Order: sequence, then C-alpha cells, then structure tokens
Amino acid sequence: MKIRQTRYLTQMVAKILIWIAAFFTMAVMALIIFQVLSEGLPVLSPGFFLETPRSMGREGGILSPIIGTIALTVVAIIVATPLGIGTAIFLWEYTREGRISRIIRFGIGCLAGVPSIIFGLFGFVFFVIYLNMGWSILSGGLALAAMILPTVICTTEEALKAIPYSFREVSYSLGGTKWQTVTRAVLPNALPGIFTGIILGICRSIEETAVVILTAGSSLIIPTSLFSPVRTMSVHFYILAREGISMEMAYGTGATLIILVLLVNTIANWLLNRYIRHRA
Amino acid sequence: MFKENKITIKDFSFYYQSIQALRDISLDIRPQEIFVIFGPARSGKTTLLKSLNRLTDLIFGTTHTGTIFLDGLDIYDPKISLTHLRRRVGMVFDLPTPLPLSIFDNVAYGPKLKGTIQKRRLNEIVEKALRSAVLWEEVKDRLHASALRLSGGQQQRLCIARILALEPEVLLLDEPCSGLDPISTASIEETLNQLKKEYTIILIPHNVQQASRVADRAAFFLNGELIEEGPVYKMFTRPRDKRTEDYVTGKFG
Amino acid sequence: MEFKEKFVEKILLLIAFSSITILALIAFFIFGEGIPLIWKIGPKSFLLGERWVPSQGSFGILPMIVGSFWVTFGALLLGIPLGLACAIFLCEWTPPSIGMILRSAIQVLAGIPSVIYGFWGLVVLVPLVRNFLGGPGLSILSGSLVLSIMILPTIISISEDSLKALPPSYKAGSLALGATHWQTIWRVLIPAARSGIVASIILGMGRALGETMAMIMILGNAVKMPSSFLDSARTLTTNIGIEMGYASGEHRQALFATGVILFFIIMILNSLAIILSRRRVS
Repeated sequence: MKIRQTRYLTQMVAKILIWIAAFFTMAVMALIIFQVLSEGLPVLSPGFFLETPRSMGREGGILSPIIGTIALTVVAIIVATPLGIGTAIFLWEYTREGRISRIIRFGIGCLAGVPSIIFGLFGFVFFVIYLNMGWSILSGGLALAAMILPTVICTTEEALKAIPYSFREVSYSLGGTKWQTVTRAVLPNALPGIFTGIILGICRSIEETAVVILTAGSSLIIPTSLFSPVRTMSVHFYILAREGISMEMAYGTGATLIILVLLVNTIANWLLNRYIRHRA
Repeated sequence: MFKENKITIKDFSFYYQSIQALRDISLDIRPQEIFVIFGPARSGKTTLLKSLNRLTDLIFGTTHTGTIFLDGLDIYDPKISLTHLRRRVGMVFDLPTPLPLSIFDNVAYGPKLKGTIQKRRLNEIVEKALRSAVLWEEVKDRLHASALRLSGGQQQRLCIARILALEPEVLLLDEPCSGLDPISTASIEETLNQLKKEYTIILIPHNVQQASRVADRAAFFLNGELIEEGPVYKMFTRPRDKRTEDYVTGKFG
Repeated sequence: MEFKEKFVEKILLLIAFSSITILALIAFFIFGEGIPLIWKIGPKSFLLGERWVPSQGSFGILPMIVGSFWVTFGALLLGIPLGLACAIFLCEWTPPSIGMILRSAIQVLAGIPSVIYGFWGLVVLVPLVRNFLGGPGLSILSGSLVLSIMILPTIISISEDSLKALPPSYKAGSLALGATHWQTIWRVLIPAARSGIVASIILGMGRALGETMAMIMILGNAVKMPSSFLDSARTLTTNIGIEMGYASGEHRQALFATGVILFFIIMILNSLAIILSRRRVS
C-alpha cells in the first residue's frame, strides 16, 4: 500500500504544479497586456491618432507612424500574396512529389527560420544600397514581403489541401484543363483559408521592428512617395522607450499596437470559424 | 442492321504501379444501348470506366497496354485532346458531387469551361440538360438556389444534367444509385431508359437486380478479368461460365 | 489552349522558385559583406576574440556568442518546464472552458510584438531584478525571463500537437496496466512524443537566438564577457541591432560577419528540428 500512496502523492503534486504552471502563463499574459493598456489607454484620443509627432515624439500624436505602418504592410501584402499563392498552387496542384518540389520546400523551410535581424541586414544591403532604393517604403515593404512569404505559402497550401479531391475530379471530367480546374473549382473555395494566411502576414508586418528600422529608416515626416523613408508604430514605440523620450507617448503607442494586434487576431479567428462551419 | 461499334476495347491491361487491375480486356460497346459492367468489388470495373475517358491519367504512376477506340480513334493517341475526349465521354460518380454553386451554375460549369458565355445560350443549354435529366420540373423555379440543398436523388440527376449540358456521346455511370432510396433509384433508371435513345450508356450497377432491370447487354468482371459478356437476359438465365452463374445466383458477391 | 496551359505552368514554376531565389540572395549578400572580413582578421580571432572595439579595429565576438547562449539557456531553463507543463495541461487535464481560455491566451501571447515584451521587461522586470537581486537590473537574468515567455507559444503548441498525435492505445494500455494518470504521462506519453517535443525545444531555441529588439531593451549591452546572470551583456543579434545604425566600413562588415555566424547557427538548429520531426512522422 505504501507504494500506491507514493504514486498517488506524486500524481497530486504533479497535478498541482501543472495547474500552477498553466495559471502562471495566463497570469503573465494578463499582466503584460494589463500593464501597457492601463497606462496607455488614457493617452489615446482622436488627437493622438490624427496628429503627427512633434519634438521627436514628445508631443502630438502618431499619425505618421500609423501611415507608415499601413504603407509598409500594404506593399508587403501586395508583393507576398501573389508569390505565396502561386507557389502554393504549384506545389500542391502541379508537382506534389518530385525533386523540384523538395528543393522548393527546403527553401521555404529555411526562409521561415531566418531571424528578422538577418532580413534587416539583407534588406539594407540589397534594397537600400545595392538597388539604390534608399531607406524607403519600397525597401521596407519588399523586405517584409520576403519575411512573410513562407507564412502565406504554408497557409495557402493548407487551404488547398482542404478542398476535397472530388471537386477537382468533377471539373476534369467535365473537360476542364488544370488551370481552369484550379481557378474555378479549387481557389474560390479555398479563399477563406488563404485570407487567414494574409491576415497572419499582416500581423507580422505590423509588429516587425528590426527589419523596418534597417530598411525604412525612422523619419517622422509623413511620407510622400514610395521612396520616402518612414517610421512604423512599433519602431516609434521602440525609439520612444529606448531613448527615454516620453514614457507617456510610448505607453500610448504600445496600447495602440496591442489593440490592433488583438483586433486582427480576433478577425482572423472569426473568419476561420466561419470557414470551418461553412465547410462542415 | 449493322451498326459500327461505338467503343472497342482491345487487349487492354491496366496497372496501378505494379499491381495489375485489368487483364487483357476485349469488349465492344454498341451505340445507343445500355451496357452494364457488373461483378464483385475490386474487379476493375471502375478502373475500366475511368480509363474510357482517361480520368485515370490523373492518378500517379499508372500504366496500360492495349488500346481503346472511340468511333475508330485511339483515345490514347498523343494527338488527342483530353478535354475534348472528356466532353464526348462524360462520367457520373457514385456519390453525388455537386459543386458548391447554384443549380444553374453547376449545369453551366462545363459549357463555360468550353467558352460559352452568352447568357441566352447558357439558359437554353441548362434548360435542355435539366429536361433530359428529368429534373427541370422540380428545379425550374429555383435555379439559383444552392445545389447542396437538393435531395440525393436530385443531386445525382443534377450530375447527369451537368454532363448532358456538354452534349456528350457516351455516358459513364459508376454506381449512380448507391446511397439513394428506391424512389430516387427508380427515377434515375427511368431517366436512363429515356437517355439511351440518344446516348450510349455504360453503367456499373449497384446490384445484380439493377443490372437485369436496365441493361441491354452486360459483361461480368471478376478480379480484373472479363469472364463473360452478352445480351442481359442470356447472362442471367443461361450463363455460359460457372462463375457468372454463381455470382448471379448469389452464391458469392 | 495547350500552349496556354504550358505557359501557366512555367510561370508558376518561376513564382515557386521565388523562395529559393530570396534565400540565395540573402546568403549571397550577407556572406558577401561578412566573409571577407572574417577572412581578413582570421576566423579564430573573430570567433574567439574577447575584445570588441570597432574604433580600434578589434572585432572579437566571443562575448556575444557567450551572451547569446547564456540568455538562450536561461530562457530554455524556465521555458521548457513551463511549456511542457502547459502542453500536458492542455492535452490531459484541462476542463474544456479553461483549456479554451489558455489556448486563446497562448495565441495572443504569440501575436504580441516583441518590442512590447521588451518594454514590459524594461519597466517591470528590470527594476525588480535591480532592487531584489542587485546589479544594474539590465541583465541576462531579465532577458532570460522575458525570452522564456516569448518562446512559450512555440514550445507549447508543437509539444501539444506531438502529444495529441500519439495513438490513444498508448494511454489506454498504460492505464489498463494499473498506472496512474501521471505515471502514464511521465513514463509513456512524453517519451513517446519525445522527438516532437525536442523539435519544439529546438525551434524555441532558434526563436530565442534570433530575438533582437526585446533583448536590446533589456540586456544592457555591455561589451564584455559576462560572468554572472546579473551582468549586462550583448548577444549576436543585439550587437548588430545596436551598432548597425551608425557603423561604416570595416565596422559594418564586422556586423555582417556577425550575421553570418548567426545565420549558420540558426540554419543548423533548424535542420536539426526538421530531421527530428521527419523521424517523428515516419
């Protein structure tokens, strides 16, 4: 009986520890978000969103960082989406097995593992210097596109995989070519999944800092063209915090970032749920 | 009356990688008849059917020997257009597979692939196909409702209409009534009887009784081999081969 | 029609090669800037040199390598038990409602920008460490703590997937033999999901090694060999992140060279993870 007791004692101890661990994780998350939001929400006001930063960000609002964030994200998505969807279509509908497919998948896997600072270095030496684009929306957007490409490819491929084979078989049996089958029978039904991938890409673009600083610069002026340098909200936040310029503004920017991320996450989840329910 | 064979299969063998699914099949199918291919599971019936419109090309690692002629043309000739072939030889699968579109768009799918886009022409084609499939009366007021809302029997007739919209010459049906209730089954069988006046129909029946109900001629397949073929009444009353007799009388299956 | 189909296929092939192209470009340009410098100084003095004084032409990155590994090690020390525990919790012991909250929490955690973590570490953790444990507060310890939270989602989700993928017969069989629930988890399930869990740890490690912004904000960035967890330090990533803004000439090349080393380390780690997860599948 002694052995039995020890066993159950061990189990109880383990159970308690694990419950503590789980709640600790939830507590930490709550703590972090609560901290930033509680100090930051009071700072938010219509003026905060509509004014440009003044005196290095100590006063005013965050209009130019907001515009910068939107601009960079838009460029990144415009470039990464067709490349990502095209790659996924090729991998799933045209090759599947074979040496070419393995090489490409290897490349995607490696690309997914490259840390963001390396993308920053690459963006700097390739777009800013070599292609002479300078610190600009274009340089930053292209570097970000390279970074989110693996994400778009993987989610699109998952969406394509989820389409039942019978759809394709029907389309072929009605005299469809491969491309017609892909564009008329498969893609329209895979759109929700693809959209989720795009939203994930948007999330990553918004929060990325290292890449942006090295490729888009940190100008506070509202950009006038694709070749203007620009600052994003996360860069602004970083600079405010690290240089100690204004804790208040930093909290405000941070709160905006958190709300934005939560919003995008919620939309993505809601879309995904609709998609799953629609399929079933 | 001498009629040219619609389809001639000559010494046709089919392999999935190294597994042989069909052995030296030789068969003639006449125009405007209902030809039934029956036998126990795993006899190669579906494989043969899918070879007739080269849907088997979609599967990885398959090979074949022998030839299949459609109106005297070798369908495996490299110069043949696959899309053209599949429009001449249409297929209905065992599970109704409506695309997640409206009834109208399902039927119009094939013609649109071909390049027909004029609205009036499409309307004509869809109506004619739905009438031939004996579905028009039931759906004419809700052509733009989702096809997924139809009953099983209606969905299957929709699949038939889909093919008819392309004005094929041959219809391949792989157990089209499996999963359908007796009333729907009866309506499909009745539709087939109407259709055979214009089309050549090759059918894999759900069971032996269906074969005897609808077919003109039949072929018995066992383990990838063609055992026997001939007029249906003869197959069921005075079969030549003992194996046919055993299957038909229900000794195995 | 035939021509159009072939054309489309060729275009898609080209598009599909974009990932490889980008990877090749990255390798080409980063190596192109960094390798010449490593060659010039000599790999040994670059990798094992302890002095990093760009103005004098000293480019030894050993303190940064050590810093990177200390911070990562510390993050794993806390992150692995915590992450495993949460994975076990989600898989075995959670009532559905709490499980859902925890999963959403993890998803949100994964989405929070790293600069926010860095910021929180800066305003909350760093003063705590400074007041209770001494030292400047901007330390490896603070960095490890924040980093462990950042890699939690990776470890948890992949470990949970590995545990869920196990055949239910493992659990049923063990329980039928009279083992308690915990014994089953500890002695049967976890060893069985071993390769997936290890893969998750390696991926978490890769994430930790690659983290830049949060570490810049928290680690203190002292360019000397760290001797205790309370010391300030630099990692390979923060080295690049801090100085890239104003570096030029040889200095800049040295930063690219740091990037080369980082690239190699992470590629090796990721390949390990891929090999391990492939073994899991087969």
